[in-house]
Amino acid sequence: MFKPLALASAVLCALSFNAFAAKTELTVYTALEAEQLKSYKQAFEAANPDVEIKWVRDSTGIITAKLLAEKARPQADAVWGLAASSLAILDQQGMLQSYAPKDLAKIGPNYRDAANPPSWVGMDVWAATICFNTVEAQKQGLTKPVSWQDLTKPEYKGKIVMPNPASSGTGFLDVSAWLQTFGEKQGWQYMDDLHQNIGQYVHSGSKPCKLAAAGEFPIGISFEYPAVQLKRKGAPLDIVLPKEGLGWEIEATAVIKGTPHEEAAKKLADFSASPAAMELYKENFAVLAQPGIAKPQTELPADYEQRLIKNDFGWASKNRDAILAEWRKRYDGKSEKVAQ
Amino acid sequence: MAAEITLAMPRKQAIGTSRAELGDRLFIQGGKLLWLGLLILAVLLPLLAIFWRGFSSEAGQGGGWLAARELVNSANFHWLLGNSLKVSLSVAALVVPLAYLFAYALQRTLIPAKPLWRGLSLLPLMAPSMLPGIALVYLFGNQGLLRGLVSENIYGFWGIVLGEAIYTFPHALMILLSALTLADARLFDAASSMGAGPWKAFRSITWPATRQAVFAAFCLVFTLTITDFGVPVVVGGDYQVLALEAYKAVVGQQQFGRGALIGMVLLVPALLSFAVDAWLRRRQGDAMSGRAQVFRPAPSRVRDGCFLAIVLLICAVLLLVFGMAVYSSLVKFWPYNLSLSLDHYFFEDSAGGGWLAYRNSLTMALCSALIGSVLIFTGAYLMEKTGGSRGLNLVLRMLSFVPMAVPGLVLGLGYVFFFNLNGNPLHVFYGSMALLVVCTIAHYLTTAQMTATTALRQLDAEFEAAARSLKAPLYRHYLRVTVPICLPALLDIVRYLFVSAMTTVSAAIFLYSPDTILAAVAVLNMDDAGNVGGAAAMSTLILFTSASVSLLLAWASRGLLRRSQAWRQGAPGH
Repeated sequence: MFKPLALASAVLCALSFNAFAAKTELTVYTALEAEQLKSYKQAFEAANPDVEIKWVRDSTGIITAKLLAEKARPQADAVWGLAASSLAILDQQGMLQSYAPKDLAKIGPNYRDAANPPSWVGMDVWAATICFNTVEAQKQGLTKPVSWQDLTKPEYKGKIVMPNPASSGTGFLDVSAWLQTFGEKQGWQYMDDLHQNIGQYVHSGSKPCKLAAAGEFPIGISFEYPAVQLKRKGAPLDIVLPKEGLGWEIEATAVIKGTPHEEAAKKLADFSASPAAMELYKENFAVLAQPGIAKPQTELPADYEQRLIKNDFGWASKNRDAILAEWRKRYDGKSEKVAQ
Repeated sequence: MAAEITLAMPRKQAIGTSRAELGDRLFIQGGKLLWLGLLILAVLLPLLAIFWRGFSSEAGQGGGWLAARELVNSANFHWLLGNSLKVSLSVAALVVPLAYLFAYALQRTLIPAKPLWRGLSLLPLMAPSMLPGIALVYLFGNQGLLRGLVSENIYGFWGIVLGEAIYTFPHALMILLSALTLADARLFDAASSMGAGPWKAFRSITWPATRQAVFAAFCLVFTLTITDFGVPVVVGGDYQVLALEAYKAVVGQQQFGRGALIGMVLLVPALLSFAVDAWLRRRQGDAMSGRAQVFRPAPSRVRDGCFLAIVLLICAVLLLVFGMAVYSSLVKFWPYNLSLSLDHYFFEDSAGGGWLAYRNSLTMALCSALIGSVLIFTGAYLMEKTGGSRGLNLVLRMLSFVPMAVPGLVLGLGYVFFFNLNGNPLHVFYGSMALLVVCTIAHYLTTAQMTATTALRQLDAEFEAAARSLKAPLYRHYLRVTVPICLPALLDIVRYLFVSAMTTVSAAIFLYSPDTILAAVAVLNMDDAGNVGGAAAMSTLILFTSASVSLLLAWASRGLLRRSQAWRQGAPGH
């Protein structure tokens, strides 16, 4: 009898407290790299002094799982920096609030949800990269690969790490890209061959590059951001962009449906699509959702954007479960591969 | 005559009796019901939420009866199950004998510097389970310091077995230490006067008194290993196990149903060990009578030398592993720049909340240790030492045995499903520190309770009978007799809960909010972001915090112990 009453008054108190409070606390779920959070938050709060960001950061898989687990009662107000393919899953579950940010017109047509108003709007692009440790290469007498096909050469046996597509967004982007560029049959054949050389499948997309940088495994299939960062820190890495083309994925922003802070969440969506935000993104990424702002990164070639494959996200999203099931059947738990 | 006596003080006695009885009933029944309510809320309902998830066949969630049948029949599942069983059995077979020897050395021999060895043996409890993994990679990985000593790199079966052995060693040790604490010197005197040698005495006195604890330790190590994914994540390579599969299903594929199904499979060993434990319990009487004399080992150079060698070897391995982890947190860029720096300890620019996470972990660990130890020890006492409804006791014991088999990840998800359910008034706790505390206590309930139970079972039921015949209220007997006698075990529980709360990550990862992020979660976040140095640094911080708190506890309780445990030092002087 008393509990609902007490609860209601507690909620009312909380609401009125929030109404009088100087700032709205906005809970934002993100899979952005940790180093990026500080500057993004500062820039947003400088532009919106009445809103304060509370980050919940984790890897793509965990954040997506968390959002889905909380479907009945979402804890997040907005998502800033999550793979578009994950946001598409949330959208299918009816968890996203469609909203057209102020600068939507400036966003490239490929970098937003096709619906109008869109459920999610892109920020930037991250793409597949091979991290190649030059010191270990010399020590172990390895030639530098230049294509995805090169990675199947016997000399790399047990020397390659890649993210498991079942847990990592980057891993899925690789597999989906191989299937799209090589065709389904050759794609699986390619992965069969590659599997013979894989030393380990790991669970995060940036880890293969870190492992390559530390020489634990000389070759890591990863994405360009950690590669560039590690190289700047002095890791003995060569950044290899395979000539067949790079799989890629969009980092995007969305408003969670039913958030009590809808107005503030929309401010975040506005900011994320604004030129000011693009100025932030360009420090970290070479391809942005708004064309014409990006600056070339010295570690990456000038024609970087042209190396991205033509990516069919609809196909990838629709076939995600089937692809992962097939992948797992082939490479996950193959007992003969186990070194004991 | 009899009538006269009863007439002499009828009123006073009647009132005294009824008041004591009423108090006892309130203490026993109220305590049990309260404990039952808490267990239902913190263990049963979240778990039911998992079952509900596992068998609801929502599209794309990998749950439901059909999916369950498919899972159980798939070759992949058989392979995973086989691996899990092989690893868990190997770890248990490796750890329990070593822990027994170690515990025996500490309790029944005269080796020097016992507190030091005991402290070192607890090291693995004091850091997140990823730390041994990270250290093993630095030692035996492809760029490892000792890579030349082994033919294969560490990733795979042996990596998991070694990592889990280090991780579970102190868990097994706690149970065995507790079981070997008390011994009746009269039995040993009798044995030696009858001409029995030390081996015969061990087989006929020590072993029967401790074999149940050995079994309990075996079960604990087995279930801890089969449900842990922290070690396999770091050093498993492509050798996959079931717990990792549950983690991947949930985290990578968002298949809560599949994760929940595997979680249910992992419940089986706990239920089995519960059944066997109950059966063994029926066969074993009380080991310690109220008139027992404290056993003091006789000096023996050969015995002590052998045991010292074993203890030294185990401690050297532990020191090597943990020293390596601390060292790696100080190295600038492994393996290319080995200069030392504190760079990794500046958390401001890295993931996971840095110092806020650390402060939160302190708060969480303190609350869990204090609240948890009182609840768990009292609960164990009520279950072990008071009669009452057998059914209720059985239900309580079963419920408190369950958390051990529930992977933290599954428990955490259960909490999400249950506490975030529409219409659940307890939702206000979601994301709060209170829920993290409840979840942590529930997660580590079983080991703490087994420690309490093992210690309590060694106390003769005569004590309670004496209290009852003296008409002393039971709670007073509990506070004044049982708690002081069992103080070593109780302090172990406080320490265990504190360090577990400091190091837990698997359940908390789904329950924290930005305000309540924890240090161990920060370790995982940093490791995930590839900041391994930062992860090692935060783990080192956790390690030193847990270690200092443990030392502080040991120091503070020393005087207390000396007073309350004087009876163990033989007959006290008048």
